[in-house]
Amino acid sequence: MATTEAARPIAVATTPHRRTRWRQVFTGSVVPRVILILSCLVFLAPFYWMVVSALKTNTELAQFPPSLIPGAWAFNNFPDAINYIPFGLYTFNSLVITVGATIGAVLSNTLVAYGFSRIQWPGRNALFYLCVATIFLPYPVILVALFDIFGRLPSFGIQGAKSWVDTFLPLIVPAFFGNPFYIFLMRQFMLGIPKELSDAAKVDGASELQTFWRVILPLTRPAVIVVLILAAVAAWNEFLLPLLYLQSNDKYPLAVGLIFFTSEHDVSYNLLMAASTLIVLPVVIIFLVAQRFFIEGITVGGVKG
Amino acid sequence: MTAAATSVRPRSVGRFRLGTLERRNLKWGLLFISPWAFGFIALGVFPILYTFFLSLTRYTGFRSPTLIGFNNYTTMWNDPDFWKAAYNTLYYTVLAVPIGVVVAMLLAIAMNQKVREVAIYRAIFYLPSILPVFAISFVFVVLLNPGYGLVNLLLTSAGLPSPNWLGDPAYTKLALVMIAQLGAGQWALVFLAGLRGIPIELYESAEIDGAGAFRRFRSITLPLMTPVILYDIIIGLSFGLQVFTSAYILTGGATRGGAGPDNSLLTYVFYLYQQAFQFGAMGYAAALSVVLFLASVILAMAVFRWARGWVFYGGEEA
Repeated sequence: MATTEAARPIAVATTPHRRTRWRQVFTGSVVPRVILILSCLVFLAPFYWMVVSALKTNTELAQFPPSLIPGAWAFNNFPDAINYIPFGLYTFNSLVITVGATIGAVLSNTLVAYGFSRIQWPGRNALFYLCVATIFLPYPVILVALFDIFGRLPSFGIQGAKSWVDTFLPLIVPAFFGNPFYIFLMRQFMLGIPKELSDAAKVDGASELQTFWRVILPLTRPAVIVVLILAAVAAWNEFLLPLLYLQSNDKYPLAVGLIFFTSEHDVSYNLLMAASTLIVLPVVIIFLVAQRFFIEGITVGGVKG
Repeated sequence: MTAAATSVRPRSVGRFRLGTLERRNLKWGLLFISPWAFGFIALGVFPILYTFFLSLTRYTGFRSPTLIGFNNYTTMWNDPDFWKAAYNTLYYTVLAVPIGVVVAMLLAIAMNQKVREVAIYRAIFYLPSILPVFAISFVFVVLLNPGYGLVNLLLTSAGLPSPNWLGDPAYTKLALVMIAQLGAGQWALVFLAGLRGIPIELYESAEIDGAGAFRRFRSITLPLMTPVILYDIIIGLSFGLQVFTSAYILTGGATRGGAGPDNSLLTYVFYLYQQAFQFGAMGYAAALSVVLFLASVILAMAVFRWARGWVFYGGEEA
């Protein structure tokens, strides 16, 4: 690979070497840059097209060939999109689900990861491998059974439903029972904390819970933030589960609510794109603010599943 | 995975001297992992067993299930839509996974060169992978439209044919593969972390021995990256087999009812969803689930077995 070539100091400037030097600059920094910039354009194109289409009028969107920049900036597509569906209500629903699932993820995964990393007990590693192995199983396998199970659990009148179906419960409660990937990620982080810290706390008479709460949890904060962000984004982005479990229009999150833009023969794609832009925006903002934690999630966990 | 290092008991003496401590640790350990353990049984093992049971019944979700033996499985064997869905899903997976590996590897290698502004590229590649798939799929409906889409605008201006991506069954699955590639940035970062872990001395000595850039990639980078590549394949396989959202949205999902031209977007989970939640055939859908479960276990085991021949673990020794 060219890394080593580029890293080497180049001092000689005689004619035969100048040519190799130019070649090194070319292969070491020009070629990768061209590849990187072109790929960035490809990765940005969908985003660009979404925003551009969101700002076109219906007639301009239908014209051929399409314009790369909107002729008349139709900013009113945004208020129109918000009024087309109960956008405020759906945003609220999305937020409730996201906050609930995120709280569950942070609580359960920190506890479980502690049990899998900071306490030495027989059978720990075997159970941990079992936990990690479930990452590979496709979740839809249990959809039918889970739907039936949740359909039999009493909701005690929550959200006016008889069972858990058509409530937020199936979207929030499972988060309180841990997620193998987050457990894995958090455990890797907790393993990096010196054992002596726990020992010292124990010598001072701290119980296991106190050690967890006072010593390990504060030190695990970066990993907690990673899990918090990843879980929040995952809940916000989830589509299949709310589509299954929620049946009343007024309980939909934004993900499912978007479908209403396509529910008639005449799909107003500019409004759909405007609504999509608004839904994507919080994720983009969180990413820009907390980029470091996303990247950390990948390097700490080795992989993001 | 680096978990193996911790399996060594730090002080084996404690095992004999402090039996009570070990019992105490076991109690606390189990207590801390109890949320996962409960979830694993109640939301994992039990539903899978229940799925096996339901697959042997006729069940609409309302009246209690009636046992019908292996009828659902024989129905499945003779159901052309089942085969179509299985074919579509395998076609998609076989296309999406290797393409994903190659794209991620190329991006990672490009990012591993000495380019100062790499953080910007990293951010741009990574961002699409955390955006909601449903929103990206809606964008692709517009992007791939033969009339007002950007893709065909670029293709025609380059003098290339302009396919009807979502109307021609030969192209619909390529659209799914394209959508999946927006997640490649995430894997590129994983690959990049792997590349950064390769000792630079290996490249230096290979260079002294006169190995060219391609040779160095073949003989050093690729072998040392095989564990990461295997991981990508395994996760990609699982995700590929469960592809749903993009197919559902590209077909117009809820409203139009169909699954794309010539059912070309009828993925396995899409079909499972239709049977269970649109046609109320919960028993049949449970049988579909069992087959998906078995297929994913068998395929993952096959990949692991195949990987024994090419995965290189030598460098992993801690």
